[in-house]
Amino acid sequence: MTHLTEEELILHYYSEADGGPVERHLDACPECRAAYGSLERVLNVMDALPVPERGEGYETAVWRRLRGAGLRPALWRRPLVRWPAAALVLASALVGVVLIHRPAPPPLQSAGVQKRILDFAVGDYLDRSQIVLAELANASPAGTLDISVDQELAGDLLAECRLYHQTALRTGDNAVAGVLDELERVLVEISHAPSRLAPAQVEELQQRLRSQGVLFRIRNLGSTVRTQAEHKS
Amino acid sequence: MELADQAVIDRARSGDSDAFRVLVERHSRALFRLSFRMTGNESDAEDVVQETFLRAYRQLGKFDGRANFGTWLYRIAANCALDLVRARSRRGEKVWEPGAAAGGIREGASDPLLTSAAKDPGPERLAISSQVRERVAEAMDELSPAERTAFVLRHFEGMCIEDVSRALGCQTGAAKHSVFRAVQKLRRALEPLVNTK
Repeated sequence: MTHLTEEELILHYYSEADGGPVERHLDACPECRAAYGSLERVLNVMDALPVPERGEGYETAVWRRLRGAGLRPALWRRPLVRWPAAALVLASALVGVVLIHRPAPPPLQSAGVQKRILDFAVGDYLDRSQIVLAELANASPAGTLDISVDQELAGDLLAECRLYHQTALRTGDNAVAGVLDELERVLVEISHAPSRLAPAQVEELQQRLRSQGVLFRIRNLGSTVRTQAEHKS
Repeated sequence: MELADQAVIDRARSGDSDAFRVLVERHSRALFRLSFRMTGNESDAEDVVQETFLRAYRQLGKFDGRANFGTWLYRIAANCALDLVRARSRRGEKVWEPGAAAGGIREGASDPLLTSAAKDPGPERLAISSQVRERVAEAMDELSPAERTAFVLRHFEGMCIEDVSRALGCQTGAAKHSVFRAVQKLRRALEPLVNTK
């Protein structure tokens, strides 16, 4: 009699295989039945491993933490993640600086690569900006709104915006430069607003965001640069 | 009536943060369970949950609706947890600590060791629970990050191998082999303990 393989027993345990022939074999073969019983016991022990219970209101706490994190990745704070990420930001900034300060850009073979890096960086940047603006555009104007976290993010985004804006001007990418110019003005406005907005101020800010259509343009441009970058890769 | 995930996602995509909140509230507990089983540590699991939602928020535009939203989230969470576990492995740190599963084996759980033991939770039974807990933690620690992920998704989350492969972004055969290897390692580590009782 050919015995069942360990793989067959595992697939049977997880009901991933046709159970009929395996069942029949197990009925007829004490050796395989013993092996299967042993496998079941091991996997049942794994089942008995508890997961700590989360209390009531856990979902709300997760949401608060997400808001409190200002949409910054928690793993960012980990040293092994932070340093490569910082290196990536630095590399993007260096590309920007090189493009800005080059007196007369000679036709380099790597120009396409630089453009692709820039497209990726701008795409990522626009995603992050969009999140902050969307949060404000969709905030409930029912009560006083604390936008201090959004302001801190807007301040960070502003410095990057200026860098990418100058780079886009330098490389003659007028579509990107135009949107970044608008975005810069909005970010300045958010950074300099009071950190707590009354309902009327929230509505006023949201009205301006809507009338300028900046969110729509950021979304469109983000999608365009990402597509460009992916096509070039 | 509760809106389907897709309807909520459409609203979240248009920048409605309240809609995204609905998704967070719907999926955070399940994500915590998955993350805890992947990382073996409450604090890391919480970080993975947070990171998963942050990545999901940024990538909502890429969600094409072909897969179930939960599966898509699990894929992100599995990748976040993998990043974390790999970073730990590179530093030579243990992933699963023996004390990770606070409280040990549940009283009255369908634990074959305990059901064959005395009904009263005497010192011997508690010692067995503690011993099992430690061995399970050690065994989980022996799994490679890919094996651990595949096993957790297949065994605890009940995903079929095909969904596991989708969540891991690998071929079905590779996912199947990861599950096999994980179960083989767990058997080698735990069988002597299980079969002596």
